[in-house]
Amino acid sequence: MKSFTYERVATPAAATAAFARAPGARFIAGGTNLLDLMKLEIETPAHLIDVSRLSLDKIEKTGDGGLRIGAMVRNTDLASDARVRKDYGLLSRALVAGASGQLRNKATTAGNLLQRTRCPYFYDTNQPCNKRRPGSGCAAIGGFNRIHAVVGASEACIATHPSDMAVAMRALDAVVETVDAAGKARAIPLATFYRAPGTTPHLETVLAPGELITAVTLPKPVGGTHIYHKVRDRASYAFALISVGAIVQKDGSGRVALGGVGYQPWRVEAAEAELPRGAKAAADGLLAGAKTTHENAYKLPLVERTLAGVLAEARG
Amino acid sequence: MQTPEEFEVSRRGVIVGGAASVATATFVPAGSAVAAPAPVPPPTAKVTFEVNGTPHALELDTRTSLLDALREHLKLTGTKKGCDHGQCGACTVIADGRRINSCLTLAVMHEGESITTIEGLGTPDKMHAMQDAFVVHDGYQCGYCTPGQICSAVAVLDEIAAGVPSHVTADLTAKPEVTHTELRERMSGNICRCGAYSNIIDAIVDVAGAKA
Repeated sequence: MKSFTYERVATPAAATAAFARAPGARFIAGGTNLLDLMKLEIETPAHLIDVSRLSLDKIEKTGDGGLRIGAMVRNTDLASDARVRKDYGLLSRALVAGASGQLRNKATTAGNLLQRTRCPYFYDTNQPCNKRRPGSGCAAIGGFNRIHAVVGASEACIATHPSDMAVAMRALDAVVETVDAAGKARAIPLATFYRAPGTTPHLETVLAPGELITAVTLPKPVGGTHIYHKVRDRASYAFALISVGAIVQKDGSGRVALGGVGYQPWRVEAAEAELPRGAKAAADGLLAGAKTTHENAYKLPLVERTLAGVLAEARG
Repeated sequence: MQTPEEFEVSRRGVIVGGAASVATATFVPAGSAVAAPAPVPPPTAKVTFEVNGTPHALELDTRTSLLDALREHLKLTGTKKGCDHGQCGACTVIADGRRINSCLTLAVMHEGESITTIEGLGTPDKMHAMQDAFVVHDGYQCGYCTPGQICSAVAVLDEIAAGVPSHVTADLTAKPEVTHTELRERMSGNICRCGAYSNIIDAIVDVAGAKA
C-alpha cells in the first residue's frame, strides 16, 4: 500500500474543504472496498479524509412520507430498521443478500453505491483494464467473462456494478443527495447517477471530484410484494451472477430492476408495462439490445426465468 | 529491459510496502560505496483505543490495519491473518459490540473504541461459553479460523437477539430465530478450510440454547 496522510473530519463542510486542500484525496467511511483496493495499489490516494464520524448516520422521515437515509448509515442498520423492513422490504432483502455480516456492519450506504466492480481483470494489475488504467485495453473482452455485463457495455469495458443495495434503491426511485466543495447541495436520481462506460469507463458516476454524498432519499412507500432474488455461484457471500429486485402489486403491475447485468442497476420503466403479460414480455423489454460474450449468454434466459419465479412467488 | 532507475523505484516501492505494518527498516548492502538517500518516514497518526478492557495509545503508520495493530504492535496474536482482503473472516474481532473484519479497517479510524479479541472473550482457565462449546463439539480441526469463528459466533447471537434480519429470515417483520439455517447464513463470512462447519453450527446452537 502507498503511504498516505490521514485526517478525521466532523462535518460535511469540513470534509469538502479538506478535499479542496488535497485534490486527489479520497473520502473513507467503512473502508471495506477502498482499503482492499489500496492494498492492491489499484487506488493510491496520498491523503484520506475520514468521514465515518459525520453525523449522517440517521434514518429520518421526509416531509412527503418517504425516508432520508444518512450516507453513513451502516448496511446492517439500514436492513434492520423497522420502517425499512415494513415498507421497503426490497431494500432490506437486497442488503442482507450482499456481502457478509462483518462487512455489512462496516459498509455504509454511500460507500455501497460507490463500490467498484469485481471484474477480475480490474483487480489484476498485470492485466490491461481501461477502468483501472485508461487506454490500456480490456482483458475481459475475449477473456473469462461469464460474470460480465450483457447490457450497457462498450468496446472499452464490460464490467458490472456489484451492488445489491443499489438494485433495490433503483426500483424504489431513490435520489442521491450530495454537497460539493462550494457548499452547494444537489439531488441526483439514482437513475442518472451512474455513467455508461463508453470510452471512459474509469468515470463511474456523475459526482464531481470532492462532491460528498450526504444521504439517499426514498419516496413514500408504494406497497406491493417486495422480492429480491439473487442467483450466485454459492448460496451465501458471493456476488450476483444476476439478480431480480421486484415490487409487484395485486393487479400484476409493478417495478423490476436487475443486478449483475450492467454497469448500473438495470431498470427499464417502459418494460414494466409488460409485467402483467408475464416474465418473457418484461424480460425482452428489460434486455432489449443485449450483447452477450462467448461466456455470458446464459444471463438472458436466467433473467427471464428468475423473473418468472419472482412473479409466481408474488402471485402467491 | 528494465533501466537502473526503474529498478530503484520498484525496489523502494517493495521496501516501503513491506514496512507498512512494522517499524520502517532500512537495508544497506554491506560494502556499498554510495550511501542510499535517507528514506522519508511514512506518515503516522496517533490513536487511542481499548483492547479487551486495556487502554492503549499508539502512534502508527497510517496504513496499519486494525489487525496488524493488534498482532504486530500489541502482540495479540489470537486474531489471525488469513486472506487480508475481507474474504475469509479469520481476522474477525468485535469493535464497539459489532463483529468486523479487522484486516479491512485502519487502526487509526478506531479512536476511542472498545475492541474485543479472542483473548478478551475468555482465558484458558476461564473460557467463554462459546469457546467451551467449540471444544465440546469439536468445532475446528487446524484451529486457524477458530478465533474469528468464535468472535463472529458470539456477535451473531447478539445480532439475532437485536432483531437483525438475514438472507434466510422468512418474515422480515418478525423476530429472527436461532436455527441451523439462520446460523449457516449468518456465519458465511467465516471460512473454514478444514470443513468443520457442521460442528461449528452445533456449538453455536448449544450456546444459544443455554442462553434461551
